[in-house]
Amino acid sequence: MKALRNKLDQLRKPFEKGQKLEKFAPAFGAFETFLFVPNHTTKKGAHIRDAVDLKRTMVTVIIALLPALLYGIYNTGYQYYIQTGSPFTFLDAFIHGAWKVFPMIIVSYVVGLSIEFGFAVYRGHEVNEGYLVTGLLIPMIMPIDIPLWMVGISTAFAVLIAKEAFGGTGMNILNPALTARAFAFFAYPTYMSGNKVWVSEASTVDGISGETILGNLAAGNEVSYSFMDMFQGAIPGSIAETSALWVGVGALILILTGIGSWRIMVGGILGAALMGLLFNLWGANTLMSFSWINHLVVGGFAFGIVFMATDPVTAAQTNKGKWIYGILVGIFCIIIRVFNPAYPEGVMLAILLMNVFAPTIDHYVVNGNIKKRQKRWAIAQNLKTA
Amino acid sequence: MKLIKAIQTRRGAQLKLNGAAEKALSTAPPSSTFALNPDDFFGLTPKLSVKEGDTVKKGSPLFFDKKNPEIIVVSPIAGSVEQIHRGPKRKIESIIIKASSNQGVIKWTIDEEKRDSNYLKKMLLQGGLWPFIQQRPYGIIANPADTPKAIFVSTFPTSPLAIDYDFTLQYDQEDFQNGIDILNNLVDTPINLGVSKSSPGFFEKIQHVNHYSISGPHPAGNVSLHIQEISPINSGDRIWTVNPEDVVNIGRFFKTGEFSGQRTIAVCGNGIRQPKYFVTSLGVELAPLLENVGLVHENVRIINGDILTGNKVSVKGHLGYFNTLVTVIPEGNHYRMLGWLPFKDNGILSLSNTSFSRLFGRKGFDVDTNLNGEERAMVVTGEMEKVFPFDIYPMQLLKACLVENIEKMEALGIYEVVPEDFGLIDYANTSKIESQEIIRKGIELMIKEVG
Repeated sequence: MKALRNKLDQLRKPFEKGQKLEKFAPAFGAFETFLFVPNHTTKKGAHIRDAVDLKRTMVTVIIALLPALLYGIYNTGYQYYIQTGSPFTFLDAFIHGAWKVFPMIIVSYVVGLSIEFGFAVYRGHEVNEGYLVTGLLIPMIMPIDIPLWMVGISTAFAVLIAKEAFGGTGMNILNPALTARAFAFFAYPTYMSGNKVWVSEASTVDGISGETILGNLAAGNEVSYSFMDMFQGAIPGSIAETSALWVGVGALILILTGIGSWRIMVGGILGAALMGLLFNLWGANTLMSFSWINHLVVGGFAFGIVFMATDPVTAAQTNKGKWIYGILVGIFCIIIRVFNPAYPEGVMLAILLMNVFAPTIDHYVVNGNIKKRQKRWAIAQNLKTA
Repeated sequence: MKLIKAIQTRRGAQLKLNGAAEKALSTAPPSSTFALNPDDFFGLTPKLSVKEGDTVKKGSPLFFDKKNPEIIVVSPIAGSVEQIHRGPKRKIESIIIKASSNQGVIKWTIDEEKRDSNYLKKMLLQGGLWPFIQQRPYGIIANPADTPKAIFVSTFPTSPLAIDYDFTLQYDQEDFQNGIDILNNLVDTPINLGVSKSSPGFFEKIQHVNHYSISGPHPAGNVSLHIQEISPINSGDRIWTVNPEDVVNIGRFFKTGEFSGQRTIAVCGNGIRQPKYFVTSLGVELAPLLENVGLVHENVRIINGDILTGNKVSVKGHLGYFNTLVTVIPEGNHYRMLGWLPFKDNGILSLSNTSFSRLFGRKGFDVDTNLNGEERAMVVTGEMEKVFPFDIYPMQLLKACLVENIEKMEALGIYEVVPEDFGLIDYANTSKIESQEIIRKGIELMIKEVG
């Protein structure tokens, strides 16, 4: 450890103030601080600080994502082998999935981090850690057969337009990962929907039908999967969205560590359940009569509400606002699913929509506090004059 | 003891730190110099009344407020002005007095019969005790022309390693009662006296006050919270606050006619070998005290005040005007390998659930000054509210201060807070935001623009 530290101190020299590589100090710093928490001490304000920092927070989210990711990788292979009918082992399925998924993750990280580093150097600030999560989320919510260049372009669009154009980490209105998906969804619809994209190799191998459950329902067909299949996630879908079980494990990690907002998650589930129940009562078509509890476990709802809706920057920021925001995400998700056959999955659009409205929700919540204060002042004023 | 209110909070945190002072009063080692630092008086612009080489008595004016020349700050000791330190733009940084016993004391004759507020204010101003009276909003020296809505004295500080006033003022009970009686003449309602719910000590026997009790984690003891609960500040309101030991000083002044600047302090923290309580005076030299208690090593930070809100001083520094604590902790200028991994380095005190540090029920933590990360944009939400019991949205207020939106700051409650209320937010927030600094700048802006 000591030797590594000395080596780093030596390597840092050209990046220090007044040296020739000074401009690239943020880039060097990003790597250095990943090995060592820096020796910075408090300069003003409180003299001691908590052990938590943004790196630790983001790494916790990544840990929470891992169960869903690993299951997603396995499920990619599982869907492929089960549809082609060839015999396979657990390892076969996992390897097949890994060959598909890892290149996407690498593309997403390379493209996204290059842009982030570029902006950090250009603007002269430290590299923010937020992209570590975004960069993993982007491939996790894409269909398995999406070409790598599309992943790259979507990622670049998301980081440039959804994030850096607004001023970088902490300033963005829309969730960058969802923006990447929305971009791909609208720019390359044939690769993002239909019945040929959700199972590995579905477009090249005949006989594979890769329709998602929600797609089936939107087309007016019956669903052949049991609740347990849907809950475990052994169904076609975007890479890591299918398993409510493993997403739930991630949710538990986020809630126990206090990193993800349980208010948003619980609110979202309540909203979706309520809306699903209402549609069940109405029951005008197959999608409406699709049981509310199934609505919670199919498609990207679970993944979206746990990992995307809880992004603290784009969600509502007040505790009351988080409840409202979560409930509305749930409600809109089911409404879009049921009423809009062109978008069988509603969670992406529901979250993006609520991202836009989150500041408004907060505005009204905070205004409540302001009004209370002004009312008190007015009463005091009246007393004085009376 | 009849309570007008029992204040109880849940939001906040009691940081368990090592290095609390042992409860025994020691006499302070003699100090050869004393210093007053105009920066201790937030919002005061100092004009000097003395120059280097002048001799001063105990109670002689050293400087006064440019905006309100009645408000003077006096020498806590007889001697001569040894040095006046100036910083950039000739800003007065400190006035150093070399103590000598043959200069004497300024003694005022007090008319015991007169108890009207004008007379008392005049005596407090002349005697140099007025700066002990602080005003909310803003946490500045009170304006003698005002009549406050209420006066608050809180005897239960909850900040880390805070002193126990019941213990430190045990021999000053009479003067405390005296001081309360004097202050009662400056305001229409009785003084609001905050006491610890579990151990109010002798304060429950104090007469002519409205008692209220306090319980809960820090910042439960902060006066801002008590004001919010009992007599919230509206636009234009003035509320005064006085520290318990300054109530004693005021009471003693009206008995003896001499300035009293007593400070019973704890020199504590895990950078100290033998943390102790000392009876001494404001402005006292720290070096002899530190020598008495012993530093664990050279690489330490010495803090005038508590660990969350105090000011850094050098080993040659002096005790601040209002401080009852000198906290010493090791500097944290070391690297930590892979320290960003969750649940690594659980020896570092953390309020976050990404660390096991609180799980093992440890009695106390050794702390240092490492930032444990780097400053980042505000990302995580909801964490500030957990340590902030006020009816205020802290993050929104901080953002309003950052963009200098005065209307918004007013509406979000800037009048109801002082920087120290954000001490725990400084400590706990993930992005290492300097919230106290932001609030201090915000308050400076309010003073300048609104007054």
